[in-house]
Amino acid sequence: MGCGTSVATETQVKRLETDEAVRSPSPALTMKAAVLIQRWYRRYMARLEMRRRYTWNIFQSIEYAGEQEQLQLSSFFTYMLDNFTQLNGNGPDLISQLLDPVVDPWLDRETCYNLISVPESYTGPRISFPLTVSDTAALLSAFKEQQILHAKYVLQLLNETKKLLKQMPNIVHLSTSYTKEITICGDLHGRLDDLLLIFYKNGLPSAETPYLFNGDFVDRGKKSVEVVTLLFAYLLLYPDHMHLNRGNHEDHIMNLRYGFTKEVMLKYKTYGHEILQLFQDVFSLLPIATVIDGKILIVHGGISDQTDLEFLSSVERYKVKSALRFPRCSLEQLDIGRSYRLAKRMRSTDSPRSGSSHSYNESQRSPRQRKRRCGLSSQDSAASTSSSSSSLSSSSSLCSPRTPSSLSPRPCPPSPRMPHSVLQVPFLDSLSSVPLPSPPQHEQEWKQIVDILWSDPKTQEGCSPNTFRGGGCYFGPDVTKRLLLQHGLQLLIRSHECKQEGYELCHDGQVITIFSASNYYEVGSNRGAYIKLGRELVPRFYQYQVSRTTRKLTLTQRVQAAEGSALRALKEKLFAHRSELMTGFQQFDQSDAGSITVSEWAQVLEAILRLDLPWRTLRPHLARLTPDGSIEYQSCFEDMGPGVPLPQVAPNLAETVFRYRTDIEIIFNIIDKDHSGLISTEEFRHTWRLFSTHLGIDIDDTAIDDLARSIDFNKDGSIDFTEFLEAFRVVHKLDFKEQLGEKVDEVKYSGGKHL
Amino acid sequence: MCLTLLIYLVGLFFSETVSDIHKKITTAFKLFDYDANNTVDAREISTIVFSLGCFPSQADLHQIIAEVEEGSSGYVHLDTFLPVMTKVLLEHRFPPIPVEHILRAFEVLDKENKGHLEEGELTKYMTEEGEPFTNKEMEEMLAVLLNNKRGLVYYRDAVGLLGFDGVMK
Repeated sequence: MGCGTSVATETQVKRLETDEAVRSPSPALTMKAAVLIQRWYRRYMARLEMRRRYTWNIFQSIEYAGEQEQLQLSSFFTYMLDNFTQLNGNGPDLISQLLDPVVDPWLDRETCYNLISVPESYTGPRISFPLTVSDTAALLSAFKEQQILHAKYVLQLLNETKKLLKQMPNIVHLSTSYTKEITICGDLHGRLDDLLLIFYKNGLPSAETPYLFNGDFVDRGKKSVEVVTLLFAYLLLYPDHMHLNRGNHEDHIMNLRYGFTKEVMLKYKTYGHEILQLFQDVFSLLPIATVIDGKILIVHGGISDQTDLEFLSSVERYKVKSALRFPRCSLEQLDIGRSYRLAKRMRSTDSPRSGSSHSYNESQRSPRQRKRRCGLSSQDSAASTSSSSSSLSSSSSLCSPRTPSSLSPRPCPPSPRMPHSVLQVPFLDSLSSVPLPSPPQHEQEWKQIVDILWSDPKTQEGCSPNTFRGGGCYFGPDVTKRLLLQHGLQLLIRSHECKQEGYELCHDGQVITIFSASNYYEVGSNRGAYIKLGRELVPRFYQYQVSRTTRKLTLTQRVQAAEGSALRALKEKLFAHRSELMTGFQQFDQSDAGSITVSEWAQVLEAILRLDLPWRTLRPHLARLTPDGSIEYQSCFEDMGPGVPLPQVAPNLAETVFRYRTDIEIIFNIIDKDHSGLISTEEFRHTWRLFSTHLGIDIDDTAIDDLARSIDFNKDGSIDFTEFLEAFRVVHKLDFKEQLGEKVDEVKYSGGKHL
Repeated sequence: MCLTLLIYLVGLFFSETVSDIHKKITTAFKLFDYDANNTVDAREISTIVFSLGCFPSQADLHQIIAEVEEGSSGYVHLDTFLPVMTKVLLEHRFPPIPVEHILRAFEVLDKENKGHLEEGELTKYMTEEGEPFTNKEMEEMLAVLLNNKRGLVYYRDAVGLLGFDGVMK
C-alpha cells in the first residue's frame, strides 16, 4: 500500500482542485481524504508521545544525578566538621551544632515547650493534647488557608509523636480483619494539594478509613511542614488506624539539600533549630516496614538479597539517623596508627557535643598536614575504582564506581598493607578510600535499613549496587521471589520512584510501586495514585492529578510545558559544565572550525554530564547545525547567561559556583545562624577556601579575595549571600514558557531577611 | 543483493550515512527499551517509526510489525528491527505528506465549503471512514482541535497549529 496510496491520493486531490463542479466527492475520495488526515494525526500523536518519553528521561536522569551529588555533599560536611574551626574564636562549632545532637541545658524539654507563650496576635490554629478531631479539623482548615502552625504546637506535636513512635516496633504488623479497607499512599514530597485531594476523594483518616503512608513526606515540595504535621496529627489521633513508614527523605542530611531544612528555617526563625532536631529524632523512630495479614510487605524503597526481616525486627532503628552518615566503628577493632586517625575522624562526626573537642584537636594541625591527610587517604586506598565492586558487597559503599576518567584527578594505586574492606568516600569529583575494619554490628544495621529505604526493582535477575542513586540495591525478580517465599508473603508494595500513571507493577505482579505526588516533575508530568486493599488482599488503584488551573490543559499543552521545563533544566546543566564541555568539543575540532559531528558532540556530552539521554533527538533544542550538517558547538551556551553582570572573577571559579550553587546555598544558610541573609567576609573566605580545596580546584587566594571584595557591595565586611547567589543564577534569554503565554512559577531564592 | 548494494550506494550520496541512520534508529528504539535488553513492546513500534520521520498508514505499520515481531511474543528485538527500519529509511518508503495535501483533504470532507467542520462531522469521518480512530483517539483529537466553544473545527488553523512536526524550535 505505502507509496501507492499516497500518490493516488495526491493525484486525486489535485484533480479536485481543478474541477470546481464536483460538489459531493466520491466515497473513494472521501475515504482517501480520511486516511490522509488520520495518518497525519497519528503521526502527530506519536511525536507527542516521543517528546513525553524523552522529557521524562531528562527529569529522571537529572534527579538521580542530583541524588548522587548529595552523597558527595554529605562527605563534605563530614570534612567540614573535622576542619572547621570557629571563625571568631568564641562560640561552639557552628556545624556540629546543627548536625549533632546537642546536650541541652534544658533537662525537661517537654516542660520547656509547654512554657513557650503564644502571642494574642497569633491567628493560627491552637491545639491541645491529647488531640481530638476538632484539633485535626482546625489544622486542615488552617493549612488550606495558608496559615502556619505556631512553633510551640509543632514542638509539642513532635514531642508527642516521638513518645508514641518509641513504643512501636521496627516492623509493624497489621490485620485487615479489624479494619475496613486500608488505603496505601506513596511519596508525597511536601505536596499538600495531593494530600488534601486524597483526603477529599477517599475520606479523612478514621476507624473506617485507615491509612498507610509509605515514606517521603518531606522535601522538594513547598509544604512539607504542613504535610508532615497533618500526618503526625492523625497518627496521634488514631494510632491504630494511621500508619507511617520511613522513607529515604526522612533523613536530616537529605533534608539539608532537598528543601525541608530550608522550609523549616524560613517558617520558624526562632525555634527552627530545635524543631529540626526533633524531626531528626522522630524520623529515625519511624517504623521501617509494615506487614499486612502476614502476606503483604510494605517498605519505602525495596529489598536486597541480604535483607533479613528477622534481623531488621531486632535492630535499634533510631541509631540510623541518616543513610549518609557512615556508621561508627569501635576503637578496639583497629590495629594501625593510620587507621586509628581515620577512624577517630569518623567517630568524631557521630558522637555528641564532646565530639567537637575532637575536631578541635584535628583542626589544630597545620594546614599543610590537613591537606596531606586528605591526599593521603586517596592515594593509599586499597581499592581502585575498578575493584570497588568487591568491596561493595561486604562494606557499606555509597558511591558510584562509574567515574569517568576525565573527572577523577587522583588515581588510586593499590596498596597491599591496607585492610580488606574499604569504604569509598566520594569527595565531590574524586574518590578516596577510608579503610574500615570488618563490619561491626552498627554497619550491618545501617546497610539493612539503607537497602530498605533506597533500593529499586529492576527486570534483570540478581542484586547489584544501585549506582544510579548511590545507595541501596537494584533487586531482580529472583530476589523478590526468594524473599516473599522465605516469609510466606505474596506481595511487595513500595514507593520511591515516580511513575507516569502513579503506580506500576513489575516482577510478574509481585511488586507494586505506588507514588502519590502528581505533577512531580512539572505540571502534567504524571498522575498520583493510591491503593485500596480489602480483606481479600487484592489491590485496587485510584488515580488523580492536581490541577491548579480551572482550564483543562490539553495533552499538547501539558507535554509542551513539561518539555520546556525539562529542557531548561538540561540547558542549565550544560551551562554549569561549560568549560569542561568546551575543552571536550575542542579536542575534536583540531582545525578550530567551530563545529564537530553530531556523534562527537553526543560523545562529549555523554562523557562529561554522565546523563544517559537521547542526545541526537534532543539536538534541535540544544544546538545549531551548520549548513553541512555538523554542530556549531558554541551555540549550546548561547541563550543563557548569568543573573546579573558577574563581578570580574576567574572563569572556572564562576562555573564552579554555578554548578554547586545549591550546595553553597545550604552551607551559607548553616553559617548564617541568625538568618540575617548576611555572612561575614571572613566566613565567606574561609568557607570558600575549604570548599575549593575539597573540590580539588586550584584557585589561588587572591582570586577568592577578589571575589569576596567584589561582592561585598557596601564594603562593610559582610556579604549578602542572597545577592551573591542571584548573580550566579542561570537566566534563560529565551523563555519558552513566556512564549506559551503561561505564568512561570519561579523558585525564589530568598535569604532569611525577606521573611 | 545488487539492489541492496544500489540502495546503500544511493544512501551514501545523501548527507546521512548508514551509520548515522543506525544511530538514529537505535536512539529512538532505546527510548522505549524499558528493560535495557534491546527489546521493545511491539505496540511501541508505530511511535518509533513515526518519530523517525515516516508517514506510514496503519496497514503499512501492521506489515512492519509482522515482519519484526518475535513470533507472537509481542516483543521486538533491536537486531531484527534495525535492518528492516534502515531499509525503510534508505528507500524513503513513507515520505511525509505536504501540509497542503492535509488541507485539501479537509476541504474534501468539508463538502459545503464552510471553512470548518462540525464536531459531529469530523467524528463521523474519523471513526467510520478510512482507517478508523478508536474512541480514545477521537477524544484526544477533539480535545486538541476543538479549542473553541462552538464545537467547530477550524481546520486551517488546526493544520497550522499542529504544523508539521510539533518540534518547538
